[in-house]
Amino acid sequence: MNSCKLATLPQRRRVWNERSPAGSEPDDIAHSRDAHVFVPDDNHRLRNALNLGGAVLKLGLVGFMFFEVAGGVVYKFRLDFVPGLFLLLRVDALALLFLSLSAALWFLTTIYAIAYFGAKPEQSGFFGFFSLCVAATTGIALSGTLISFFIFFELLTLSTWPLVVHKRNANSLAAGRAYLSYAMPASAVLLVAVVWLESTVGPVEFAVPADLGALDDTSLQVIYVLFIVGLGVKAALIPLHGWLPQAMAAPAPVSALLHAVAVVKAGAFGIMRIVFDVFGLDRLDALGVATPLAMLAAATIIWGSIRALQQEDIKKRLAYSTVSQVSYIVLGIALGGPYAVIGGLAHLVHQGLMKITLFFCAGIFDERAGITRIDALDGIGMRMPWTAACFTVGAMGMIGLPPTAGFVTKIYLGVGALQSGAAWALGVLVVSTILNAAYFLPLIYRIWFLEVPSDARPVEGPPTLIGPAIVTAAASIAAGVIAAAAYSPLGWATLIAQQEYLP
Amino acid sequence: MRHEAISSTNWKFCRTTIIAIGRRLAFFGILWLILSRAEALLLGVFVVTAASWLSLRILPASPPIRLLALLAMGPGFLGRSLVGGIDVARRAFDPRLPLDPDWIEMTVDLPDGGKVALEFISLAAVALVAIEEKSETLAAALRYMLTALLGSLLYLLGTVLLYSAHGVLDIGLIAGRTPVQTDLLAVALMTAGIAAKMALFAFHAWLPPAHSGAPAPASAMLSALVLKTAFVILIRLWFEVVPDLASTAILILLGSIGAAAILHGGVMALRQDRLKLVIAYSTVAQIGYLLLIFPLAGGESAAQPWVAGAWTGTVFHALSHGLTKAAMFLCAGLWIASLGHDRLEGLREQARATPMAVFAFGLAAITLMGLPPSGGFIAKYLLLTSALASGQWPWALVLLGGGLLTAAYLYRPPRRAFYADGRGPTIRAPVTAGRASRARRGGDHARHRIERTF
Repeated sequence: MNSCKLATLPQRRRVWNERSPAGSEPDDIAHSRDAHVFVPDDNHRLRNALNLGGAVLKLGLVGFMFFEVAGGVVYKFRLDFVPGLFLLLRVDALALLFLSLSAALWFLTTIYAIAYFGAKPEQSGFFGFFSLCVAATTGIALSGTLISFFIFFELLTLSTWPLVVHKRNANSLAAGRAYLSYAMPASAVLLVAVVWLESTVGPVEFAVPADLGALDDTSLQVIYVLFIVGLGVKAALIPLHGWLPQAMAAPAPVSALLHAVAVVKAGAFGIMRIVFDVFGLDRLDALGVATPLAMLAAATIIWGSIRALQQEDIKKRLAYSTVSQVSYIVLGIALGGPYAVIGGLAHLVHQGLMKITLFFCAGIFDERAGITRIDALDGIGMRMPWTAACFTVGAMGMIGLPPTAGFVTKIYLGVGALQSGAAWALGVLVVSTILNAAYFLPLIYRIWFLEVPSDARPVEGPPTLIGPAIVTAAASIAAGVIAAAAYSPLGWATLIAQQEYLP
Repeated sequence: MRHEAISSTNWKFCRTTIIAIGRRLAFFGILWLILSRAEALLLGVFVVTAASWLSLRILPASPPIRLLALLAMGPGFLGRSLVGGIDVARRAFDPRLPLDPDWIEMTVDLPDGGKVALEFISLAAVALVAIEEKSETLAAALRYMLTALLGSLLYLLGTVLLYSAHGVLDIGLIAGRTPVQTDLLAVALMTAGIAAKMALFAFHAWLPPAHSGAPAPASAMLSALVLKTAFVILIRLWFEVVPDLASTAILILLGSIGAAAILHGGVMALRQDRLKLVIAYSTVAQIGYLLLIFPLAGGESAAQPWVAGAWTGTVFHALSHGLTKAAMFLCAGLWIASLGHDRLEGLREQARATPMAVFAFGLAAITLMGLPPSGGFIAKYLLLTSALASGQWPWALVLLGGGLLTAAYLYRPPRRAFYADGRGPTIRAPVTAGRASRARRGGDHARHRIERTF
């Protein structure tokens, strides 16, 4: 025991050293603690303490900044690499929307993952890259320039790969390969877009509107398409979504974070930055490229739902549901009307809360009862009531039933569609809601109303496993019930939209 | 009668010796006068005497040289040298490497002194090639030596041309010369010579076997440093010695050679199944990026704002490539030491067995792919920016295509290292055991060919 402690002491110090040069808070969070890759694998206590400590610290810092930023404070951190290439971290309201989502869900997912993995091997590697992944997401949220965004965006790609292949079998390696073979060309395309733009107009800062007049309309249109392709892979827009269902080979906590916070949200958030802060809604309208993006998003919503309907595997169905749901965000942004933008922004948080609940529950079904297929869900509600209840709340949110958060999103998007004069988008929402109901209601029916086929009695597991799911399920209802409050996701989205992006 | 004979022999010997001493003294004396411009005569007396004495000790007086015979030897010597040179060049570039080094017994119809020189050459060669006593290493080292020799010869030829045209070899003086027609030929020869040494595309055949055959620390140094020195000379040649000769066509040609290296090296690296060969072909590809500096910063664009980025990017690339290559070869050496081979498919479960090495290799791979956050990313970003700012978008495509190729071939080792099927890592005998015996069987044939060469 003594020798074990001695061996881990240097790592502990290294971690603290990494944190201690606290130049400013954003930097501190972004370069967060990825040192636990090297914590000995059997030292669960130290690793869990590091993970939870980091998550709680981050949650505290983000909470502090939340109220400061609401009061008008702007945090900034700048690091120069070579002339013309610098890293800029800046906390604005939009950054904080994404940041607080990732901080809160990281904390919950960490608790869940510790319970999920129990005493399985190779957790140090897992939690190390897991933290790196969240650090990259934080960096994406805080990035103040295009190039900083790109740097963290690629860091996210790289740190996600070890998580996807965590199980080390042929299946997960195939998933990892698919992921990279989508992500690498996309990163090349994104880099071209960034460099093309910056080689003409200089470094683009999100806070300072770039002077795009130096480029002709055709170039701008091409650059815009390159941006959407580069970011669309992560946001899983069709036809670039192929990697996402395959990535289901990863363990449940990874899927949960990937779908709710990290990868797909990073793509959607990137599209927000490009639309709002690089081009601006007015210029996109002038270029005539906003409506095609909205149509692509609409097509993704319908296609994802249809494909979800065809899946027999729970996680696969959830994955295609993500493809569909993330495009609500893109649809809202692309429509551009006040209500649509607010709905899109709020859905960034709403979808995260609901989808992470569903994946937490899918993980519990798999881990505690060995259920991966939909037809095995029969009667599980009687045996695992808490999990089943949370799953039901998440599914109802996805369908958009009141009083969940999904309902608020759909109302805002629908009103926004009419405001923007795009009645067809309302039709898309209706069709999608019907499809959502078609692929989620049978699950709820099976869970609660069918007889138990066997007499197996799985236990629901420790409270640390089911607790996070209950919290997120409750949060997704709360986000709908108190949507009118100032600090609800919707209230914050309204603040962002009014302050920065709407006339 | 007998006494007379002896004294006659003695006299004859004495006479020959005296004549020889006189000749040597006269020869060295004149040489001294020419070299010292008739200054320091007292010192000259000592030096000339000492040189004559030493030369008589090393090369004793011999029958006089027959000038006519020497002249008659000239054409034949030149002809055979040409044939030999062509044959050496052919072997150096043949992808199959049709040679197998071995000892050759050769009887030479020369006086004693000649034999000393020949043996000296063969000793040096053997010392070079026999670092590791493996047949394939010997062949690789020999090919390296041949290519490097060829490169030196070409470089020397170019230098001689420059010197004969301008009478100076100082960089600053040549830069300010009046241009002559042969300059382009001279610089082209010098460029080809450097290209051979830095394993530029079309001259790169020697690099993969040499770098993968050498011991890991040596490979690390060879890949990381040695090639870059040749590149520095190339930069000085085109940017300092003859900047006026760098026309757009030549700059694009140099850039295209770089692009060809990037694509060819990448595709070849993708097809290798041994780690060290993957890394070595990756060196061939990465060297190509260095050449993009010519179209981006050379010629008329020298005064443009984007040039600074191109230079910084190239320096960043050279630096980060050096560091990553060292890291990769050291990782490969570690796996060879622990597994006994470097086959890619045998690397499985290394992420579990040697996590630090896999982590280091992964970081190096990220740098080489040009992904952030790394020096390689800064290099690619700056080069890409300057390519697009100068409107030379084909180079931007090359940079991106090269990056994707790099990602493709460097994905393979970590992918296998992460694979775990519960069977444990593959440990086998060193990879060279099978090949050595095959090479031995082919020995007789190869020996015959070498004899014919000389």
